[in-house]
Amino acid sequence: MKAWLPSLLRLLLVVLLVAFVTNPGWFEPLLKPLTENGAPAIYNQGSLLTLTLLHLRTVLIATVAATLVAVALAILVTRPAGAEFLPLSRSLVNIGQTFPPVAVLALAVPAVGFGEKPTLIALFLYGLLPIFENALTGLTTLPANVIEAARGAGMTGWQRLTKVELPLSAPIILGGIRLSVVISLATATIGSTVAAKTLGEVIIAGLLSNNLAFVLQGGLIVAALAVLIYDGLSAIERYTARRMGRETE
Amino acid sequence: MIEIEGITKRYEETTVVDDVSMVIEPRTLCVIVGTSGSGKTTLLRMINRLVEPTAGVIRLDGNDNRSLPGYELRRSIGYAIQGHGLFPHRTVAQNIATVPVLLGWDKARIKARVDELMTLYQLDPDAYGPRYPHELSGGQQQRVGVARALAAEPNVLLMDEPFGALDPIIRNKAQEDLLAIQKRFGTTIILVTHDMEEAVHMGDKIAVMDAGKLVQYAKPAEILAKPASAFVETLVGASEKPFRLLSLGRVRDAVEKGTAEGEAIPGDASQRDALAELLWSGRPALPVKGEDGKPLGRVTVDGLVKRAARPA
Ligand SMILES: Nc1ncnc2c1ncn2[C@@H]1O[C@H](COP(=O)(O)OP(=O)(O)OP(=O)(O)O)[C@@H](O)[C@H]1O
Ligand SMILES: [Mg+2]
Repeated sequence: MKAWLPSLLRLLLVVLLVAFVTNPGWFEPLLKPLTENGAPAIYNQGSLLTLTLLHLRTVLIATVAATLVAVALAILVTRPAGAEFLPLSRSLVNIGQTFPPVAVLALAVPAVGFGEKPTLIALFLYGLLPIFENALTGLTTLPANVIEAARGAGMTGWQRLTKVELPLSAPIILGGIRLSVVISLATATIGSTVAAKTLGEVIIAGLLSNNLAFVLQGGLIVAALAVLIYDGLSAIERYTARRMGRETE
Repeated sequence: MIEIEGITKRYEETTVVDDVSMVIEPRTLCVIVGTSGSGKTTLLRMINRLVEPTAGVIRLDGNDNRSLPGYELRRSIGYAIQGHGLFPHRTVAQNIATVPVLLGWDKARIKARVDELMTLYQLDPDAYGPRYPHELSGGQQQRVGVARALAAEPNVLLMDEPFGALDPIIRNKAQEDLLAIQKRFGTTIILVTHDMEEAVHMGDKIAVMDAGKLVQYAKPAEILAKPASAFVETLVGASEKPFRLLSLGRVRDAVEKGTAEGEAIPGDASQRDALAELLWSGRPALPVKGEDGKPLGRVTVDGLVKRAARPA
């Protein structure tokens, strides 16, 4: 395969995605055959662009929060002082993962009401585990003599963490974030069942009115976002890893 | 001056360093030799407190090394770690600048120092400075490791097998450079090695370790002439002893009156090199010249052979 082919495909996907969410009308003829009884082919209960941006915002907020908490937790339990909390924090994060997202939503709604909040809580809990696990792997598999060299040069614990340990585990942590983002992008659609403004609205509207075109466009936008973001984060990961002379994949 | 007093390190039941006491005079180079696992690295790392001793005291210029926080102590002591331990995410220049940056030197001073060290270790600053460690050969990485240890001009330098990965020619050069740096800055150096040749050549004193104990601590000539135990004798290499003894002496100290034919050998070459040259060329004597090129006399096979014999 030619080297430029994947980049071309990516570019094409970006162009298509942007065109679709900004001017969905252009694509009406394509989707029309999927509808019955003259139902609309393009989602008409709100702007696709707004929903896409809100969907992304929800995922972004949840991922940033999950990253901060998961990395902080991983740092804490890999310091000598926090080592005894390692098993506890692992099981806590694991419990967050075994809860089905729907159950989290159902439990969160009475507590925080309908809307974006229960969705954020579910995505946050769901995003924690992959990031935490990866951060833990990254911070516990650092080359011992590099860490010793950092100590030997007279770095304090904080300097070692920020100048050596975190930069060296960055590619692995990024891998966790990538996983978490993709899970969240998909999970966020469920948020629409509790009235969060996400692309799930389009899919649900399609399911309720038996409109395949709605289901498809909602699903495709989420899928395209997931592919592009996954790709972009993988590229950053490879770049940071290659700079350190680590082979990837 | 480094005073090591009754230093012991135990991990659980095993004693890794066992009641070691020694004094390293200022501005000298002390070499620690011993078999693998004899506790050399551990002893070295107790000096900059990367390892805390179970018992004993280490004083640097009279001050207990526990009187400063560990990280401050370590900034003042150069440390070339076994297997270089370069930071893979930082360029060569950034690696060398590590301690000066921690000490808060200004940019211009750091750059000047980094360039100076890279030039000394024959790495073009413009070509190699921006590279990452994995883009260097093993030998180049090792030299960067040594340059990093030297960067902040420390008074005390700890080196753990710094020249292991170098080929003989570059190793020789690196050894000479280190000796020159030591002379120029009056650095006190403790160097761990497996290479007895390196130990005899570089050390003002040699410390021999065996299973955590310091079995002999003396000048190279004495270690060669009067090994304290069968272990030291084996380590020195019985068949190598006469040649190692000769390698300690300079030709100018073995000069006899008279003249000889052929190319003259410089007075500051080692007696071992002179003997090698004599044996190889099959001649009984070589002329010797001083630094100014003037003849000093000659060295003879007979004269050198007598010097290679066990001292009385
Ligand atoms: N943190 C530790 N915990 C337990 N044992 C240790 C630890 N560090 C070192 N040892 C043991 O102490 C002994 C001495 O180790 P040290 O690294 O000082 O040897 P060395 O003389 O430097 O060997 P080499 O020449 O192979 O580098 C070894 O048997 C080693 O297994
Ligand atoms: Mg060692």
